[in-house]
Amino acid sequence: MNSALPPPGDIESGPDAGTFRLTGAWTTAHLERLRLRLERSPWPAAGAVRLQAGALEALDTGGAWLLQGLLGELRGRGLQPRLDGLRGEFTALLELVRERLGESVPAAPPPREGTLAWLGREAWRRAEEGLALLAFFGETVVALGRNLLHPGRIRRHALLESLQSAGVNALPILALLSFLIGVVIAYQGGVQLKTYGANIFIVELVTITMLRELAPLMAAIIVAGRTGSAFTAQIGTMQVTEEIDALRTIGIAPMDLLVLPKLFGLVLALPLLTVFADAFGVLGGMTMATLMLDVSFGDFLDRVPQAVSATSFLIGVGKAPVFAAIIALVGCYQGFRVSGGADSVGRQTTKSVVQSIFLVIIADAVFSILYSWLGI
Amino acid sequence: MAADTVIEVEGLRTCFGETCIHDGVNLSVRRGEVLGIVGGSGTGKSVLLREIIMLHEPTAGTIRLFGEETGDLDEAAADRLRRRMGVMFQHGALFSSLTVLENVMVPLREQLRLPPALMESVAALKIALAGLPADAGPKFPRQLSGGMLKRAAVARALALDPELLFLDEPSAGLDPVSANALDELILQLRDSLGLTVVMVTHDLDSLWRVSDRVAFLGEKKVIGLGSMETLSRSEHPLISTYFQGPRGRAAKEHAWAGR
Ligand SMILES: Nc1ncnc2c1ncn2[C@@H]1O[C@H](COP(=O)(O)OP(=O)(O)OP(=O)(O)O)[C@@H](O)[C@H]1O
Ligand SMILES: [Mg+2]
Repeated sequence: MNSALPPPGDIESGPDAGTFRLTGAWTTAHLERLRLRLERSPWPAAGAVRLQAGALEALDTGGAWLLQGLLGELRGRGLQPRLDGLRGEFTALLELVRERLGESVPAAPPPREGTLAWLGREAWRRAEEGLALLAFFGETVVALGRNLLHPGRIRRHALLESLQSAGVNALPILALLSFLIGVVIAYQGGVQLKTYGANIFIVELVTITMLRELAPLMAAIIVAGRTGSAFTAQIGTMQVTEEIDALRTIGIAPMDLLVLPKLFGLVLALPLLTVFADAFGVLGGMTMATLMLDVSFGDFLDRVPQAVSATSFLIGVGKAPVFAAIIALVGCYQGFRVSGGADSVGRQTTKSVVQSIFLVIIADAVFSILYSWLGI
Repeated sequence: MAADTVIEVEGLRTCFGETCIHDGVNLSVRRGEVLGIVGGSGTGKSVLLREIIMLHEPTAGTIRLFGEETGDLDEAAADRLRRRMGVMFQHGALFSSLTVLENVMVPLREQLRLPPALMESVAALKIALAGLPADAGPKFPRQLSGGMLKRAAVARALALDPELLFLDEPSAGLDPVSANALDELILQLRDSLGLTVVMVTHDLDSLWRVSDRVAFLGEKKVIGLGSMETLSRSEHPLISTYFQGPRGRAAKEHAWAGR
């Protein structure tokens, strides 16, 4: 390859009729231009065509492919093309391309499907996904039963690890966010209460909303974003690298090693996280109450037992294991749905977070309806 | 440095934490040659390759590519150098979200301005050159066999007819017929395009057939450099056990019989 760039490839007709001169660099970069030039060249209707390639300065595989195609097409038109003066190494390249390409034509792209076919396929995919999720839940329950019958099978190490990563490591962010939510509620509610002089009711406002609704939801949403996504990414990546298959062949059920410890860990951790969020949410509310409404910490805490019953607290904490199960199962399920490569891991992780938050909120609504029926 | 030296590695030292895998590696690659790099597993062949292609910074020492020292290049200059090289990674490193055809088109798209249809034809040509059937084009990497993956990776490395081609174990996992075809391809491209090829391989047959010179990596250095014939007669214990084993001898006899 010369360091001085040769001019772009070209083809000129003449001097005699049926004679063409190939010049410049016939390289991939100039293919489009060359193709147009070839189309516009005055090819004779019949007889011999002489292609003089003595002045051809560079040829790469793309150029050789074009030249080979030209020879083929001219022959197809019933002409007799002859290539003269091609350098030795270029001839070898032309030969290589001819040999390797053979008669193979690139496969036609698959035909585009119609709207109806697309609709059908999408509907089927959704239905299949729903069924698969159900099947996964069922499988987990079976594995759960097996593990509870033989507690020795429970992977303690994996369980502790998931408690650590899903529970302990989430404490700082959860504390901060709960505190801020408590502050915001107290502030928004406090402005209204102040106008009626009902400052002390801030206690009811903050404690009931935090304990019953916001703390469990906050904890669940943070865990879904932090931990559910990590579950999917971990299992998904293991799926891509065939680690899951390797586990199976070694005789370790992926369910036992990967799913159940996560499920147990989260079901234990989320109620605890909820209590933690309760505490920091109320603390946030209390801080705001002191600063804005002149309700001191002492007054606030004195009123708490009157304002909220233990039931409110238990209702909030009681929802947490259900949320935890949803997050763990959806996270793991989406991980197992990964097929192919990196982009699939990303897609399923997104799905996992969206689906688990969606299902958590649905479950929360169902709980509300249930509690109002029961009158608690 | 001589004008026809493409790569020059001097006093290269590579350490991961406390352990050093290279200490004083010297190597130069001439224009238009096929250089094989051999050595036991874990002697740092792949790492050396990564350092030459500017993916890994050496702990000490200099590497010059086309006469430019890679250590003190800015991004733009490094990019310009990268465009002149094609790389096939040991594990393929195909983009999993793209089909084989699209994988080969990625470098074409980045570097050339060609209409899509023409680009597809060029990509299909590279796929055919690498010895894959045409119907592999629309397939995703996960749908290919191990050997087909290798060839798809070669096709992508060849996409731009690079001046300098790096191949990390191109024939591992290929059937003998495909491995031969790949050897042929490397030789033919070298002869017709003037490629310079740096190839890491454990395939002794392929070394005998295609390499002009072979660098033997061991004891953290290049302990042998020369043609296969020279190396196979080397007295150095590491080299002689490498080439004088039953496989080494069979490959040699095979190579002699083929002449
Ligand atoms: N990122 C890294 N961190 C730490 N050590 C590494 C890293 N990459 C490579 N190594 C070590 O460097 C050594 C050389 O690795 P390398 O992949 O270059 O081997 P190789 O010669 O290509 O072997 P093979 O023939 O098996 O491919 C190995 O001992 C490896 O453990
Ligand atoms: Mg390697």
